[in-house]
Amino acid sequence: MLFSQAGQLSTSYAQDRRTWRLRQQRWAMAALLALAAVALPLAGTDYWFSAILIPFLVLSLAGLGLNLLTGYAGQLSVGAAAFMAIGAFAAYNFQLRVPGLPLLASFALGGLSAAMLGVVVGLPSLRIKGFYLLVSTLAAQFFVLWALTRFGWLSNDSASGVITAPPLRIGGADVGAPAGRYLLTLAIVVPLTWLANRIVRGPVGRQWMAVRDMDSAAAVIGIPILRTKLLAFAVSSFYLGVAGALWAFTYLGTVEPNGFDLARSFQILFIIIIGGLGSILGNFLGAAFMVLLPVLLSNLAGLVSGGAIDPGQLENVQKMLFGALIILFLIKEPAGLARLWHAAGLRLSNWPLRP
Amino acid sequence: MQFFLEVLTGGLLAGVMYSLVAIGFVLIYKASGVFNFAQGAMVLFAALTHVSLVERGVAPLAAFGVTLGAMIVLALLTERLVLRPLVNRPPITLFMATLGLSYVIEGLAQSLWGAQVHGLELGIADEPLEVGGLLLSQFDLFAAGIAAALVLALSLLFNRTRVGLLLRAVADDQLAALSVGVALERMWAIVWAVAGFVGLVAGLLWGARVGVQFSLTLIVLKALPVLIIGGFTSIPGAIVGGLIVGAAEKLAEVYVGPLIGSGIENWFPYALALLFLLVRPAGLFGERAIERI
Repeated sequence: MLFSQAGQLSTSYAQDRRTWRLRQQRWAMAALLALAAVALPLAGTDYWFSAILIPFLVLSLAGLGLNLLTGYAGQLSVGAAAFMAIGAFAAYNFQLRVPGLPLLASFALGGLSAAMLGVVVGLPSLRIKGFYLLVSTLAAQFFVLWALTRFGWLSNDSASGVITAPPLRIGGADVGAPAGRYLLTLAIVVPLTWLANRIVRGPVGRQWMAVRDMDSAAAVIGIPILRTKLLAFAVSSFYLGVAGALWAFTYLGTVEPNGFDLARSFQILFIIIIGGLGSILGNFLGAAFMVLLPVLLSNLAGLVSGGAIDPGQLENVQKMLFGALIILFLIKEPAGLARLWHAAGLRLSNWPLRP
Repeated sequence: MQFFLEVLTGGLLAGVMYSLVAIGFVLIYKASGVFNFAQGAMVLFAALTHVSLVERGVAPLAAFGVTLGAMIVLALLTERLVLRPLVNRPPITLFMATLGLSYVIEGLAQSLWGAQVHGLELGIADEPLEVGGLLLSQFDLFAAGIAAALVLALSLLFNRTRVGLLLRAVADDQLAALSVGVALERMWAIVWAVAGFVGLVAGLLWGARVGVQFSLTLIVLKALPVLIIGGFTSIPGAIVGGLIVGAAEKLAEVYVGPLIGSGIENWFPYALALLFLLVRPAGLFGERAIERI
């Protein structure tokens, strides 16, 4: 009843194509945004901002980037962290070497630098696909980390390539406090998510999905395969680059190249598998899962044993749990948490009747 | 010239070690079409179990037997819990499942046996041996001998036994094999168990080389370029690919490294594999798949 669509009829195609067709969905979305932008900054504690909300938002954005490439365009990548690293280090260098460059502009430039690398990494997709493309992304992963550690100029000659974000100021206002950093991250993630939603529902997204589902058929109906794939690589890398810049600037403040190692790439990949391949919402659900599960586990272990379980063992348990969940999701629900969410929505719209 | 030859043979012998890991991949890929990312985790699990048993006073041979048993149990569980429910899914899904499997096995290995580095003594002195004016590592020669024996044993298994015949049938055409009554599930379990055995051998050799530690799982990443170059479906290809990667990596480190900076062996094999891919997409010995890209 609460979620009933009775009486809400579309009278034009434009109405029917809306992302949120139901009034309740629009209200829920507005309420969620108000909660995120107004209520949380007022009520949240520093711990919540720094340890949960900011990493959640940044990982969601990174998942979104990888999902555009893997979930929508069907190109498997295990080099997501490399693009994040490029975004972070490029943003840092632009900020350092161009005096007076606005912070947001350096984030965008970081994203664009990652996009350029993305196009280069995507070039072999002209001739190879599937597992073979893994080689291209793995090469990028290792080459980028090597180059960032090897060439001191990129990290302003600091020891072992560590970079430290400058003070965060937007138009004279200091946003360095946890609440400010959270709002800055939110103000970047929300428009980019909106944009991604537009992209995947527009012609470009349709082309990506056509290439993903069957590339020969896509070519036959006149989709330029290479350009479509390269565009997917570029857009995906842009998102990952911005996410990397946010990871360095608003989340951690100080990062080293090894913070963007293969384990990070897998983490992003797991987010989109658990959340749901080919879904915008899924990235947020997957990222929330990824951020909250360790917190939950350590709290639970503390509660049960009173701190008797040693942290190393807890990490192993967490690892096994993640691995088992990945397998479980692939077997039981290949479309991830997003699919469960939609199923729940469907049930709710017919409640108390069966769907 | 002397120096060049020494670097080259050193690289070739190191390449044999990569081949050992790559063979495990090829076995599974041939029989089930799965790119098994968990092979590295299996290597770690096998080496860690063996060395921990030995440290607890079990005789090395008995420990080897027990570990082999554990690998077989692991293979049976994998077939039952991961492969069977995922039958007929796209290869990418199976790859991601093995990624999850590698996390489970790594976590299991470390929670059972701890995360510290173990030394492993196989009783072979790692002294340089002079052969025709070249200094060669005795251990590397031993590893090469083991690899040769392994390849011989595997080719006997594949070409001279009934199980091998069935395995070849499955590798050739799963559906046809199924229709003439080959028990596909049993074949998968067997091939995963054999891959576990290969992983155990690789784990012991690598463990004796660099110590039994978590970084053993990373050799899976070195095996990928080996497979690309040699072809996913060919055991001789895995050997040749390993030799090429090992030699090229060492030569590049010695001759190109000083020009652009050290540590290039981390990414050089991938760049090399990418070059090979652009010229021969199926690898040197792989079956040429005819499909549009």
